[in-house]
Amino acid sequence: MLEAVLVGAVRGGTSILYAALGETISERAGVINLGVEGCMLVGALGAYATAVSTGSLALGLVVAVTGGMALAAVHAFVVLERHANQLAAGLGVWLLGLGLTSLLGQSYVGRGVDGFANVPVPGLHRLPFVGPVLFDHDLLTYASFLAAPVVWWLLFRTRTGLALRAAGERDEVLHAYGRSPKRLRYLAVLSCGGLAGLGGAQLATALAQNWSENMTVGRGFVAVGLVIFAAWDPRRAVAGAYLFSGAVALNLQLQARGAGISPFLLTALPYLLVIGVLALFARRRVHAVPEGLRKVFESGAVS
Amino acid sequence: MAGRGRIFALLALVAVLATACGGGGQASGASADLSEAKIGFLFVGPRDDFGYNQAAFAGSEAVAAAFPDHEVLTQENVPETQEAERVMEDMIEKGAGIIFATSFGHLGPAVEVAKRHPEVIVLHQGGLEPEPMDNFGTYFGTVYEPVYEAGIAAGAASQTGKLGFVAAFPIAQTLANVNAFHLGARSVNPDVTTTVVFTSSWCDPAIQAEAAQSLLDQDIDVLTQHQDCTKTIVETAEAAGAFSVGYHADASALAPGGWLVGSVWDWGDLYVDIVQTALDGSFVGSPYDGDFRVGLRTGDNPFVLTELGPGVSAETAALIDAAAERFRAGGSPFDGPVADQQGAVRVPEGESPSYQVIEQMDYLAEGVIGEIPG
Repeated sequence: MLEAVLVGAVRGGTSILYAALGETISERAGVINLGVEGCMLVGALGAYATAVSTGSLALGLVVAVTGGMALAAVHAFVVLERHANQLAAGLGVWLLGLGLTSLLGQSYVGRGVDGFANVPVPGLHRLPFVGPVLFDHDLLTYASFLAAPVVWWLLFRTRTGLALRAAGERDEVLHAYGRSPKRLRYLAVLSCGGLAGLGGAQLATALAQNWSENMTVGRGFVAVGLVIFAAWDPRRAVAGAYLFSGAVALNLQLQARGAGISPFLLTALPYLLVIGVLALFARRRVHAVPEGLRKVFESGAVS
Repeated sequence: MAGRGRIFALLALVAVLATACGGGGQASGASADLSEAKIGFLFVGPRDDFGYNQAAFAGSEAVAAAFPDHEVLTQENVPETQEAERVMEDMIEKGAGIIFATSFGHLGPAVEVAKRHPEVIVLHQGGLEPEPMDNFGTYFGTVYEPVYEAGIAAGAASQTGKLGFVAAFPIAQTLANVNAFHLGARSVNPDVTTTVVFTSSWCDPAIQAEAAQSLLDQDIDVLTQHQDCTKTIVETAEAAGAFSVGYHADASALAPGGWLVGSVWDWGDLYVDIVQTALDGSFVGSPYDGDFRVGLRTGDNPFVLTELGPGVSAETAALIDAAAERFRAGGSPFDGPVADQQGAVRVPEGESPSYQVIEQMDYLAEGVIGEIPG
């Protein structure tokens, strides 16, 4: 059963992982983007609708990433130009994404799509235990394995990443160097939208191969929580995403095996788990917060 | 003094006008004038969910076609909360005289609205009325009859003797469906087991995919479901080479190899008949003014079996026909003896439970693997 749970963890956690990585970039730059859920929905519908209409999954991915970025651009504009409260703006963006995708997606509900099929890595997927867990997934999941270390490397080993983190910690430093925190934050928020769109695309065209209204049902918000869980470190975001989706898979596997536990309790388990871990490691997390984020809660405005 | 007098006069004028206009009187559902009434429909989901709501919406279109003089108002995505009351009030304000609340969780709000507006006829799909009311009635088809017949097909087709059921919430209708499916399968294979997984959502494709996969991991080779949107589970089963039994929608096109049979709603005739009864002024005391259930024993079940797929043999088809005959003659999928998971007998031998009893089912039958959340 452990193998089945881990397979389900990786399979279901990819979409959350992409969103969490995007949100990490954004929060590291000092912008909280609660609209990540909306960006995921836009990405999901974009990829699905494009694949259904044109048959091209690659084009679907392009549409998903672009759509996610476009919605995130709304958030960036409202927060960075008009100095709106980040939390309120994020929720507005989420609702906008939800409404738009529900409306535009009406004619796509239940239609068939030839989505991303599982591509077993030749040879490796036969390895006992590790094989099915790591080497028998769709292309987007394989890409997500690389995404986390790449995002980490970009944030912590490049100059742009350093500047982006500085924008989130203390932007006066950037002013001293003559760089614009605002431009870096735009970059961060758009990256967040793009990655979230990719996550949504994986959900619709690889995992469920279906579209229905509000398909993400809160996965974007789980990703926001996981960023805190991961102490704003992209590598730990991987652990968080798989922990959550592993708990979801565990719930279903236990039910399928006839374990005598209430299904309602099992459904709550993933969320309880994340809350529990957050509570346990709260003190360490407090020190890991990018300083710039504190401003979000104090005055609500960021320049 | 003069100012206060003017206000007094104004108030008196308004009061007179109000009594004059509002004096139409609140007539009961039977004698209210419905000749101009609009007909309102509430759906919990979108009209194109390829399942429950789509079928109800198609029924509303049949009503619109049959009664061109009465405008049909529809509202989708109405949550199963007090919001539904607001939506119904809105429709009444727009002139609705007959309202159909089509989702199970709309029952509470529908009852409240019916009590507040004795001149409006409120119909609820799937519930049981809490007390007799002149202007309120519930209706449903006996879903478990075709589900039992589908269970026969599943039990006959399964190679491993293990069936899977993806459910949403442990409401009585779902439990009755699980039990009917299982008992139907058991009638052809006494050792069959049915494993049920509750997803706590009427339509979450990602969870559905996971749930279906977890069942398939258990050597289960026939999947069925009680969900609002049905495509994902059918496709997951087909991809794994398992059989599918559909629900709510005919998804046979999605599973050319493994589709056994499914059941679909055909609400049009029933909706039209209810509206006609109401418009004729004969609602009070009619079968619709109560808990109306139509099944094979009382008439035409609006929940019908689809065509049989290629995996169903001729012998199995004959068994299904025999079961349908039994129901038409007054039998039930739950004819005794039926025992629950603990072995206690819930329906004694020789008894055939009424619709009322079946719709309060709160147990899973012997041979079903799964927990009802307490």
